[in-house]
Amino acid sequence: MDTHLPSPHPSPGGRGRSPVGTLARRAATLFVVHGILIAGAVFILLPFVWMLITSIKSPAEIFAVDFSLWPKHFNAVENYGFALQKVPLLRFAANGVIVCAGILLIQLLVAIPCAYALAKLRFPGRTALFALVLMGLCIPIQVPALPLYMGLAQVGLLNTYFAIMMPFFSSVFAIFLFRQFFRSYPDEIIHAARLDGMSEFEIVWLIVVPSAWPAIAAFSVFSIVAHWNDLYWPLIVISDTHLATPPLGMMFFADAETGSNYGALTAAATVLTAPLVVAFLIARRRFIEGITMTGIK
Amino acid sequence: MMASAVAIAAPVPVVRRDRQRLIEKLAGCGFAFPAFLLLLLTNLVPLAVLLYLSFTNYELGALDTRFLGLDNFRKAVTDPVLRRSLANTFVYVAIVLPGAVGLGLLIAVLLHRRKRTRTFYEVVYFLPVTSTLIAMATVWQFILHPNLGPVNGMLRAMGFGEIAFLSEPAYVLPTLAAIGIWQLVGFNMVLFLAGLSAIPRDLYEAAEIDGCRSGIDRFLTITWPLLGPTTMFVIITTSITAFKVFDTVAVMTRGGPMGSSEVLLYAIYLEGYQYFHMGYAAALTLIFLAFVLLFSILQTFVLERRVHY
Repeated sequence: MDTHLPSPHPSPGGRGRSPVGTLARRAATLFVVHGILIAGAVFILLPFVWMLITSIKSPAEIFAVDFSLWPKHFNAVENYGFALQKVPLLRFAANGVIVCAGILLIQLLVAIPCAYALAKLRFPGRTALFALVLMGLCIPIQVPALPLYMGLAQVGLLNTYFAIMMPFFSSVFAIFLFRQFFRSYPDEIIHAARLDGMSEFEIVWLIVVPSAWPAIAAFSVFSIVAHWNDLYWPLIVISDTHLATPPLGMMFFADAETGSNYGALTAAATVLTAPLVVAFLIARRRFIEGITMTGIK
Repeated sequence: MMASAVAIAAPVPVVRRDRQRLIEKLAGCGFAFPAFLLLLLTNLVPLAVLLYLSFTNYELGALDTRFLGLDNFRKAVTDPVLRRSLANTFVYVAIVLPGAVGLGLLIAVLLHRRKRTRTFYEVVYFLPVTSTLIAMATVWQFILHPNLGPVNGMLRAMGFGEIAFLSEPAYVLPTLAAIGIWQLVGFNMVLFLAGLSAIPRDLYEAAEIDGCRSGIDRFLTITWPLLGPTTMFVIITTSITAFKVFDTVAVMTRGGPMGSSEVLLYAIYLEGYQYFHMGYAAALTLIFLAFVLLFSILQTFVLERRVHY
């Protein structure tokens, strides 16, 4: 292993020590490093483990005074069955899919041409529009939420999918990100395409977009995670249980009379958390890239 | 860039070049228009409306609305609920910020250049970032339950008394902050890991030759200064995220017990969407925006330098 580990612990590579001492020091360093990492990992994993275990426990064991980690009787079928029957869990998940897909599709359709125009075309108002985009980056959804809510109430569109999706149709973050990406696209290729008689529309969607695939994938992950998990806005515009997104559905569920049925509650939490977690485990790199390329959540 | 454009455009007649400029103008406007229109409708117009509302006593469904001038803001300054929720929000940020940034940095430094175990730890620490916070908050609520939760079970087993994490006013904010840290550590860890991998390795070798033997020396002379921009960015994003705390409060405590976990966004939510005091809620929203802008302006500068494709 390398001797330049930037850890806050003494280097194992000290000169002039006996090999045994060096080895001992290295072992001690590894022990401390992994000790800290494992302690942190336990803290991180605790709710996940507890959620999975409780979701297969019987009520008697959940409420037992002497608590045990592993259930003696498996109650998984009852808990998950109860969660799926009593609450439209799959409906919440489907709502999440519809809302995330709708938002993402329109975000891409709107942001990509705009970003291309900002990066590569000279047109009046370009600087002003970019300033507007930068300003938009600083405004969280909670700010326009109040007027948007009043507007939607005015036109009778509360409790619709449209209401959940509408504020997010134009993502300033997508415009900003794609503009950065498109700027580095070689002008020569665009000029050549123009000489070949391609329209600007064709250039965007057939030539530039395929090359921007990494940025689009990363943004898609970011957008889906953000809107699958968003609570604030759906909480405001949705009161109809059947239109609830996963977090809102979870909240309704926890509030309902099923609230003290922890087995079913954790089963529901498992079902609603699973899609993103599974996707994350499959596409680990893309997820980390997509979520961390921004500080805006 | 210009040179190549000219070189390609040279054999093209002037008429075609003018035509190209016109096409560019038209296409540019056409491409930007949908985004502009949506930004207008979802950002600019709402901001203007918000500003107007904040000067009125408008309530949803009310028939007469009066212009109040700055009364809403005057009321906000003396409003005990707002003061409490602002103070709570700052306490929350003050706990989450050092916790999530410090632990994120610690984990990243320990994890950097671990070869075999890095992926495993990375996945574990990043898990809360992808999971649905509301669902996990419900689980946390159960974990911290005075009688049924494993944490108090362990405390009992170790001979300590039970701790009412969520119903004791003194503990509720630190508890929520701990969950905030739980959610953010992995995010910050990844940002720090990216920053660490950008530090050239020969610097460490050079430092060792210059007498920087211990890991702490190397961290202080190289890692910490070179990580400066990353740290700055992480501090700002963490501040904003922590400042916007809402989900855990809405699910776990609803501002209770006795307002001890009432935070700014939750106060706005109650005023605007539960009591329908639109005018006052608009004023509170502007106060919220002022704080976020303070952080965000800094962030945009850092972000502009940071995102390179």
